[in-house]
Amino acid sequence: MSRGILLTALLLSAAPLAASAETLAFTNAKIETAGPAGEIANGTVVIRDGKIVAVGAGLAAPAGARVIDARGQVLSPGVIAASSSLGVEEVEGVRSTVDVGSGSEIGAAFDISYGVNPESTLIPLSREHGVTRAVITPVPARGGGGDEDETVQDTSTLTAGKEAKSSGASLFEGQAAMIRTASGDTDPVFKSNAAMVVDLGEAGARVAGSRGSAIVLLKSALEDVRRFQRNRSVFDRGAEIPSALTRDDLEALIPVVEGRTPLLVRVHRASDIRLILRLAREERLKLILEGAEEGWMVAPDLAAAGVPVLIDSEADLPESFEALGSRLDNAARLQAAGVLVAIEGSRGFNNVRQARFNAGTAVANGMSYPAAIASITLNPAKIWGFADKAGSIEVGKEADLVLWSGDPLETQTYPVAVFIGGKQQPQDARILKLRDRYAKPAGPYPRQYN
Amino acid sequence: MRASWAGVALAAGLLFSTTGCAGLDGGTSTTVGAPHAANTAAPSKQEAKPLPMGLDPAADRDPFPSTYKPLPSRPTAIVGANVLTATGQEIDNGVVIMSGGLIAAVGPAGTPVPEGADVVDGKGRWVTPGVIDGHSHLGVYPSPSVPALSDGNELTDPNTANVWAEHSVWPSDPGFDRARAGGVTGLQILPGSGNLFGGRSVFLKNIPAITAQAMKFPGAPYGLKMACGENPKRVYGSKGRAPSTEMGNVAGYRKAWIDAADYKRRWDDYRAKVGRGEKADAPKRDLQLDTLMGVLNGEIRIQNHCYRAYEMATMIDISHEFGFHIAAFHHTSEGYKIAPLLAKEGICMHTWADWAGFKMESLDGIQANAALSHRAGACVIIHSDDPVITQHLNQEAGIAMGAGNRIGLNITPGEAIAWITLNPAKAAGVADKTGSLEVGKMADVVLWSANPFSIYAKADKVFLDGALVFDRKDPRFQPKSDFELGQPGEGAFQ
Repeated sequence: MSRGILLTALLLSAAPLAASAETLAFTNAKIETAGPAGEIANGTVVIRDGKIVAVGAGLAAPAGARVIDARGQVLSPGVIAASSSLGVEEVEGVRSTVDVGSGSEIGAAFDISYGVNPESTLIPLSREHGVTRAVITPVPARGGGGDEDETVQDTSTLTAGKEAKSSGASLFEGQAAMIRTASGDTDPVFKSNAAMVVDLGEAGARVAGSRGSAIVLLKSALEDVRRFQRNRSVFDRGAEIPSALTRDDLEALIPVVEGRTPLLVRVHRASDIRLILRLAREERLKLILEGAEEGWMVAPDLAAAGVPVLIDSEADLPESFEALGSRLDNAARLQAAGVLVAIEGSRGFNNVRQARFNAGTAVANGMSYPAAIASITLNPAKIWGFADKAGSIEVGKEADLVLWSGDPLETQTYPVAVFIGGKQQPQDARILKLRDRYAKPAGPYPRQYN
Repeated sequence: MRASWAGVALAAGLLFSTTGCAGLDGGTSTTVGAPHAANTAAPSKQEAKPLPMGLDPAADRDPFPSTYKPLPSRPTAIVGANVLTATGQEIDNGVVIMSGGLIAAVGPAGTPVPEGADVVDGKGRWVTPGVIDGHSHLGVYPSPSVPALSDGNELTDPNTANVWAEHSVWPSDPGFDRARAGGVTGLQILPGSGNLFGGRSVFLKNIPAITAQAMKFPGAPYGLKMACGENPKRVYGSKGRAPSTEMGNVAGYRKAWIDAADYKRRWDDYRAKVGRGEKADAPKRDLQLDTLMGVLNGEIRIQNHCYRAYEMATMIDISHEFGFHIAAFHHTSEGYKIAPLLAKEGICMHTWADWAGFKMESLDGIQANAALSHRAGACVIIHSDDPVITQHLNQEAGIAMGAGNRIGLNITPGEAIAWITLNPAKAAGVADKTGSLEVGKMADVVLWSANPFSIYAKADKVFLDGALVFDRKDPRFQPKSDFELGQPGEGAFQ
């Protein structure tokens, strides 16, 4: 343990926030590439201008490179949070700090990227768990987490915002975005309008009245978008749009009906998954599913349709009537069936940290170790369309790397150093500062003085 | 024992009712000894009659008695495993012997195995006491999470010390089966935190059953759930009632303890008069005040949801003001700020590894909370408050231990295992019977596939009172809840 601290100190003192222009070489690293090269037991990674330029065993560090001797520790790609509220929610229970949903005015047009706060204390905290990029996806208003005991019956929290919405528009939660977690980055969004989000199953039924009406509303909305697209000039001249959706919402849905932007559907029951697969086929939509607790029951259908899933691998309770078949080996079974699987942590606060532990849980329940590593790195990058830039340790990709004190999926492991775009990141999360303040013995003055 | 006493008293009560002799105006004796005398000799006018059991808090201490019966067991020895006793001992290649439902021996390699005992090869595996979740809502907020079954918060009054969690427990909650597969053998089921006084907790053995009574841990004391902070003031403030502020919360606690002290005085006076043979009117029984009086009498243990240091300090002052002891704080995100005070007061602290920041009162939660507080001498517990985390308490403890070791606190597995076994047993008042691998204790034991603090560890076998209640490799020992029969997946979750 103390070895890790020592190494961190060493790295930081040698070159705090090393400039991206320099050449950097990690040597003696156990490299989990997450790419075709798999695991390299003792290898070297060379970084130049923020990009990976060489990876392999037996490579010598280039002359003039700053060399970091990993001393056998694990080097992995940065963890990618596949679906989160990072940067758009500071304190879940404090409504004024929560920008995760659209409210009652707009639906599909809601763009989550405008609410991103680069100064969120949770961004450095996520880095503390190796997260270098995060996809942020809109969600319906919900209760505060932590102690479920008091939220279950607190209808005032559970219904805030969402129930006020009217008809079709509210099926759509809005549009997802993607951020990097680099320190000091005032514009962390690297892609907005990344997906349209819709909640079906019980959540869709709550909005629309029933499952059946939710699907009808969804189909009708897509039809309205196509009509809007075909007759745009008429509407531009001021003709009334015959749709429950606003013009902004219709505009936002055009790339979805064109199959350019994915539709992220939160869905849980096997029959609901089959239904959305059929609808997507008929409507020629590009799908990503989130939740999919009963996905293992329809794994061949998902694989055949080439639809990827975002999964919480700890979900094993029949938490609702649409998740009765929840199983701990859902992720492993889907992956074995050929489905592209990303594993996520649960949503609230710091729980993007859980992604790596959840990947470990998937291993304990039948997933291979390399597949589990990919499920929190390369797979989310592939699913979200930026695997050309990140997600694995391969030549040409950006140098988002984490050096870990041990197995990155293990409970007692922590990042010794995090690099984003080749730049070493500070370890300055608020709760680490709080920890350090109280870990010291008390002095004559209150700790607030230090 | 309790069951038979209650039966006698109840029969006596019925007899009195039918003969018209039941009275509220006192008696020569106040407890179950009385009926016999009452039956054999007509009481004189001055002699007080015994109260029917249901009207006498002292006689009616266990109206819903445990009917728990351990499952059949055979003498069993686990040989060759790494053993964590939860009393600080770590035994490599150890032997744990269970017999007659109890721990019969714990020792190094070579500890004699009784003839005829089943021998389980523990090589490469780990043995610990059964995991105890000190903060669970299984049964009262079960899966599926639907309003018809969500009965954990009686949000109709800030003081519902009169309600008992056991009356909301749905024994078919599949969460019990999931928790057992995570090594959980004991559960403190608490009412929620919407009220200042949420009601009585119940301590359960994690055994499949048809009634809550059949899960109740024999002889476990009751707890009283209290809640600090944001929840009560939000729930009642939003209804336009007190409390709507933190100071309103505190006024509410103090008023209740004043009422409880008065109630206790009335009963004590009554019993003193009866003891002297004087005529006395029995106070009217009040279920809410009964529970609070039980706390003042040292029989019921305070389990206090309280995140922040300053709130805990206030609760401690209130306990001094009215003369009771707080058994444990729960959630305790800021335990590390006042750990020496908690240690001095002998109050345990339940917390998470790093679930924090979801509301203002949990904003200062840190991963090293457990480790720092443990090193400061506090009785630390990793709890769940969640049907998923309860399945991974061993790994939560691993995360918490790792956070401490990262800053050089050198917490050993032998220490950290107590956070999920012996310490929650202490806080719930059952540590004399379970929570550690010590000879004579209940054989509540888990055999893990690996170091239990590893993310890859799974409970291979779980024993409750020496009986095999879960076996990961044997479907005969993987019970399914009634609810899950015939449903998708059939309750097969791993």
